[in-house]
Amino acid sequence: MKRSQFWDHVILVLGALFMLVPVVYALMTSSHDAVSIYKEGLQLSPGGHFVDTYKQVLTEAGGFTKSVTGLTMLWNSLVLGLGFAFGKIIISMLAAYAIVYFRFPLGTFFFWIIFSTLLLPLEVRILPSYEIVQGLGMANTYSGLIIPLIASATGTFYFRQFFKSVPDELVEAARIDGAGPLKFFIDILVPLSKTMIAAIFIIMFVFGWNQYLWPTLITTDESLFTLVRGMKQILQVWIGAQIPDTNQAMALAVLAMLPPVLIVVIFQSWFVKGLVESEK
Amino acid sequence: MKRVQFSHPLMPYMLLLPQLAIVGVFFLWPAAEAIRASFYLEDPFGFGSTFVGLDNFKDVVSASEYSRTAWFTLIFSAAVTFFSLSIALLLAVKADNVIKGASTYRTLLMWVYAIAPPVAGLVGVMLFDQHIGPLNDLAHALGWNMQIGVNYFDTAFAMTVIAVWKQIPINFIFFLSGLQSVPKSVQEAAAVDCRSSSRRFWTVTFPLLAPTSFFLLIINITYALFDTFGIIDLVLKGEPGNNPVTLVYKVFLDGFRGNDLGGSSAQSVILMILVFALTVVQFRMIERRVHYS
Repeated sequence: MKRSQFWDHVILVLGALFMLVPVVYALMTSSHDAVSIYKEGLQLSPGGHFVDTYKQVLTEAGGFTKSVTGLTMLWNSLVLGLGFAFGKIIISMLAAYAIVYFRFPLGTFFFWIIFSTLLLPLEVRILPSYEIVQGLGMANTYSGLIIPLIASATGTFYFRQFFKSVPDELVEAARIDGAGPLKFFIDILVPLSKTMIAAIFIIMFVFGWNQYLWPTLITTDESLFTLVRGMKQILQVWIGAQIPDTNQAMALAVLAMLPPVLIVVIFQSWFVKGLVESEK
Repeated sequence: MKRVQFSHPLMPYMLLLPQLAIVGVFFLWPAAEAIRASFYLEDPFGFGSTFVGLDNFKDVVSASEYSRTAWFTLIFSAAVTFFSLSIALLLAVKADNVIKGASTYRTLLMWVYAIAPPVAGLVGVMLFDQHIGPLNDLAHALGWNMQIGVNYFDTAFAMTVIAVWKQIPINFIFFLSGLQSVPKSVQEAAAVDCRSSSRRFWTVTFPLLAPTSFFLLIINITYALFDTFGIIDLVLKGEPGNNPVTLVYKVFLDGFRGNDLGGSSAQSVILMILVFALTVVQFRMIERRVHYS
């Protein structure tokens, strides 16, 4: 028994290192200066330029982008992540409530329309989506960035599953007490869904923060770049430079991964529960 | 649906309105537009379009470049799915096995889930870089003259490694939760009957994981087809040249760089059919699972 456990640990440690080492390279390299990285390659030990590098990428424009600082990109990422998560949760909770708790003509029809969005990801209808959003004058706006991403019904699907598992007796009791549909929703259903909302919020925040293709198309104005969207620009400037600022590029990559990683690690149990439950 | 429901003349429609409006404008309209455009030949200068029937599809399918891209997508998807699933399964079995440090291992193996594909792509490009990349040094030490972005195979290799790295965590999470839901009594009964732990795994545990594995198979194929876009875009550095691209990347290239609206739409429609088929298979499996449990 002891012996087999030893090899289990060896494999797990190797697996953990495989996941960890690339990010350690990114983090450590960001604390060195550009010239020494150029001469000696990526670094695995801390250097003395941690504070300078991060101060520079966060507060100074120029370098990788012409007009925006890392702080602006960080802000845009936050707006996208939060806007997407809140928007998705509110809209999908309302829709799921209507679908599960009301009997009305065309109900089934609307249900199928909404769930048809699960069939086709944004990537396969990217060109017309871009043209329509641009035609509506929403290119280079936060709403053009966020709202089209909400069109997929994943959130509605999760909430529908959850609402279906809520006991029917609650509605009966509420009706006997004279509570209308609005009161039932706000006073009973929303508080009951708290954990579910939290779990979906984490998943959606990470999903929104990490969007790449849609922001790449719809935001051409640098002042609306998110960190993730900025990655390609950063790489292209990095390739073109004589002595590339590898430390700064890595610092921006670290900033782009930090918030979602922290959230997933801190709220791990909710996140895992939300992820696994919602797929059932 | 619920046994007890509310009835109200207006409220359900008002609740559905925001979602329906967004779905209508940002999903149904573009999807219909993609299908329509796939049957038309757009004038390159924007002076209208002519109906050409299935010509766009014929052109797309008969182009040698398309079949090359399709083959690459197939092999790439198979490799990413196979390696990320098998590595994740191995790690999940071990993490389920150990007593000490189980939760630490779980955290260390799942956190990469939160990293965006293009960010993984940027770090990967630097790790594979010819001047400063340690992975490139390693390849050289092994006698492999690796040239990412120049050599077709080397570029494909780098894409696959990065894509697998990024996908292991989600597979790990699902496999581990699948393993933990295998009843203790079943495991103990199996342990009494069979001493070989590897045989026990393949004959008892693995079949019980089948629904999870199937679900993950679909998730991974979808990931390899669509979500690897950011990785591929970064590894190619926006200069595809003669390097490998996937079908989704080609839709983007032909539509936005090549301005071939009809061709790009026809490719979109082909992908729609593919995704549609995958989703139908997935839903049928889920229904079956619910039915038996």
